[in-house]
Amino acid sequence: MSARIRVVPAPAKRGEVVEVSILIQHDMETGYRRDDEGRVIPRDCINLLTCRYNGVEVFRADLSSGISANPYLQFYTVAVASGELEFSWIDDLSVQGAARAGIAVSE
Amino acid sequence: MSRAVPLLAAMLALWSPGAAGQERRIPAGELKSGIAFASPEVRAMQADDFSNPGMLWVEKGARLWSTPAGGAGRSCADCHGDARSSMKGAATRYPAIDRASGELLNLEGRIRQCRSERQGAAAPRHESEELLALTAYIAHQSRGMPIEVDVDGAARPHFEAGRAFYYRRIGQVNLACANCHEQNWGRTLLSETISQGHPNAYPIYRIEWQTLGSIERRLRGCLSAVRAVILPYGAPEYRDLELFLAWRAKGLPVESPGVRR
Repeated sequence: MSARIRVVPAPAKRGEVVEVSILIQHDMETGYRRDDEGRVIPRDCINLLTCRYNGVEVFRADLSSGISANPYLQFYTVAVASGELEFSWIDDLSVQGAARAGIAVSE
Repeated sequence: MSRAVPLLAAMLALWSPGAAGQERRIPAGELKSGIAFASPEVRAMQADDFSNPGMLWVEKGARLWSTPAGGAGRSCADCHGDARSSMKGAATRYPAIDRASGELLNLEGRIRQCRSERQGAAAPRHESEELLALTAYIAHQSRGMPIEVDVDGAARPHFEAGRAFYYRRIGQVNLACANCHEQNWGRTLLSETISQGHPNAYPIYRIEWQTLGSIERRLRGCLSAVRAVILPYGAPEYRDLELFLAWRAKGLPVESPGVRR
């Protein structure tokens, strides 16, 4: 599973609100579709995504079949210090994904 | 009159331009990429490389480009070097005649041929992640460059076949490609604005598909919409048509990976 992360502005000033976006490649299979032979394609969605900023959880989302494939999520947080944003997620087949990105904060 | 006819015939014989010299039904000044007919949201999604989901495949393609594959243990990069320079403009010239076999190949066909003949790997399946990623990565290197296909010489019969397909009414709905994309572009069909049907953004991330797809997949969608026989992937008719479409779109900049509804 590949993912792309964007943090703007970069670098951010300490105390500034930053916009964090993530785009994850995932089928987000709804469980409502059938294959060519009429069998139900089992549901496989990312059901939980979290983001930790220097070890502190700053964002958590419960996802379900209403979310499109290749989900794009965006949230805001306050730039406190330079460091790392660590995303991790898990889908219905218990496949875990992770991605990280640096965050640069100036005084 | 009896004198005028042979004179006219002689003039016609002299005036035999190559296919490239023939007039296009949509002149260059009126050519519009499909993105021009899309909603502002879709346009914004394509314009921003971060939000364009097709870039996920481009990144994957970049990784595949330098990963050895097949029995030969060679990667694309081992022969072609840095795609950012070696593949620049490549997509603008496809479909093109393969010199060795004389066959018309589209970009996917060329990648499949390289995989099987030069790298000794299995040719990637149509619409597989591998093929879509490599196609997206290679096509992306031509972004902004105008489409410039060669429709003369050995390509000519393919071009003519593609054109004949384009103007032939098919399916239970009895429509030719031209009925929508040449005679009615810019008008609405249900909730959709009919585009001119250009191939300059493939592979595209189609929101309806929820994934990236090739031009063949899109053409299959049209065949299904007019309730015609859906040709199998890899059928030569698609490539002939693709060549005609590329000629029709000559001059339009490549947008790959495009985003469409």
